[in-house]
Amino acid sequence: MQKPVLQVEGLSMDFGGIRAMCELDLDVHQGQIVALIGPNGAGKTTFFNCVTGIYNPTEGNVFLNPPDGSRPIRLNGLKPNQVTKKGMARTFQNIRLFQKMTVLENVMIGRHCRTSSYIFGAVFKTRATRREERETVEKSYRILQQVGLADTVNELAENLPYGAQRRLEIARALATEPFLLLLDEPAAGMNPQETHELDELIKQIRDDGHSILLIEHDMKLVMSLSDKIYVVDYGKKIAEGSPREVSSDPAVIKAYLGEDIDA
Amino acid sequence: MLSIEQLKKSLFVSLWFAFLTFPLLVIKVDPIERTVQWRWENMALVAAGSFLVSLLVRVFQVQQERRRERRATGEFVDRVPIMQIILSEPRYLYTLSGAVLLCSLVFPFLFSTYQTNIMITALMYVMLGLGLNIVVGLAGLLDLGYVAFYAVGAYSYALLNYHFDVGFWMALPIGALLAALFGVLLGFPVLRLRGDYLAIVTLGFGEIIRLILENWNEFSEGPSGISNISRPGFFGIELSLEHAILYLYYLMIAMVVFTIFVVNRLQDSRIGRAWVALREDEIACQAMGIDKRKTKLTAFALGATWAGIVGVIFAAKTTFINPASFTFLESAIILCIVVLGGMGSIFGVIVGALILILLPEYLRALSDYRMLAFGAVLVTMMIFRPQGVVANIRRSYQFKSKAEGEG
Repeated sequence: MQKPVLQVEGLSMDFGGIRAMCELDLDVHQGQIVALIGPNGAGKTTFFNCVTGIYNPTEGNVFLNPPDGSRPIRLNGLKPNQVTKKGMARTFQNIRLFQKMTVLENVMIGRHCRTSSYIFGAVFKTRATRREERETVEKSYRILQQVGLADTVNELAENLPYGAQRRLEIARALATEPFLLLLDEPAAGMNPQETHELDELIKQIRDDGHSILLIEHDMKLVMSLSDKIYVVDYGKKIAEGSPREVSSDPAVIKAYLGEDIDA
Repeated sequence: MLSIEQLKKSLFVSLWFAFLTFPLLVIKVDPIERTVQWRWENMALVAAGSFLVSLLVRVFQVQQERRRERRATGEFVDRVPIMQIILSEPRYLYTLSGAVLLCSLVFPFLFSTYQTNIMITALMYVMLGLGLNIVVGLAGLLDLGYVAFYAVGAYSYALLNYHFDVGFWMALPIGALLAALFGVLLGFPVLRLRGDYLAIVTLGFGEIIRLILENWNEFSEGPSGISNISRPGFFGIELSLEHAILYLYYLMIAMVVFTIFVVNRLQDSRIGRAWVALREDEIACQAMGIDKRKTKLTAFALGATWAGIVGVIFAAKTTFINPASFTFLESAIILCIVVLGGMGSIFGVIVGALILILLPEYLRALSDYRMLAFGAVLVTMMIFRPQGVVANIRRSYQFKSKAEGEG
């Protein structure tokens, strides 16, 4: 069997004397949608931040195995921009768009790490720069069409409705050409209609050949999307398995799902 | 329009102002005659004036409030400001720029050498503003020590000329490079800093450069400065003072056009977008694969390069420099140009520089109140138009809708 695209082994993170995450193992296989769930403060976002290089984990290893079969990449200690360049992109729980830039420009920023023109090219508009620029615009536009934001390319990001901002974040992450996409609560604050559209979008992204790791509180979405679910509580993994297995796991019900299903 | 309540508030403000200014404006002690003059008419003026201003502010606020309400209900559509229309439509923009360029080209023939000289200064500040605009306006790094790079440029030409008799054209790239080097030098320690912290460090850096120049006599001649710097050479021909000024004027015009060209190209490029993204959100920026370190250093270095170039020109123009020309006040004025004109907007910065440099020159009669007016203008602008005289507009990609039609 092929190696998992994301392979996390014994990941721990200490903040001072507090262990926010304790020896977490997690695998994401090519073409899978994997969900990471858990109550508030369980350490899910900390996990994302460790994996994407915002924090440097105290212990453990994070490996990326690119699906094209090239050598595994150890991510520990890499900067966020380097991690992105290796092929893993993320969105943020609290939307972090470039508010005063247009929708298209937001996505074009995502192309930054796949392009290379610099000052010289920019000032003299060399042929290479012009071609690169044209490609950037076209690719960005295509991604915007894909997420359904093609009508608002010239709007400022801050003027978009909430659901559209979330989708723009996904579009921006896609523009970095990742093989693995990390979504941090993409459905937070969305109405049922928007959530449904998001569900479709994520499936479509998966079908395009991306693997997805997802943090989400919307259980309906998680159950419908995920191939595999990891449940964490107080920084420890308490269960893993298919949606069916996890939702019947007594430890999970105790920690988390019980209240949610009753509601 | 205004309720009684608000009139009362304005009245209170005017009374309070009258009270506050009482010791300064009303009482005048004449120590020789040993008399006290009571100038009550001043108090009346202050009271009336502050009442009017406060009333105006209130009317403005009420209007703003109404507009916001109407916008919320959707019956009010925002009018696009005329400036935005001109700037976003290439046809108008080129016509306007052409007209401005033409005016500036014939300017020395219509006005006296004195006016031309003032204009040269203004153009220098346009360049400085555009340079700082890269750092502050685009990359969002608040740099309060920008004048340090200006000083580096000026002193590199002055010293090279003094010791080695290096000419202006040779010194221009050297000054620019040295300034860029100092930009990177400042950039490294402040890579992790943001906002207020960055401002303080850059402020300190600016002061360090000035103090070194002031105190290291063996190196920079200290406060007495360096004199007899050569003017820019013109194919080895000796120019009369008048012609030298004319020459310098056209040189400045060319430089400003060059600067606008470069900054404009940079703004809409990969690196320009990275700067704006860095300004908007540093963490998201990194998560999108932008190297924060490289991007910041580039911004510092490029901004400094411009200051260096202007520094060389400044030294050549005045033929004498000393550290007194590179005080914090200069940095503050350049920063004001950027902020007043409109952060990130090339046109705004040009307008800002012309206003801030030319107005004080032509209003010499009121020079005692210059700083007062300066402060008042800044405060008013920040309250009523924080985006500057000409707000920056993002480039829109029109051909996209066509592509959609095809696809």
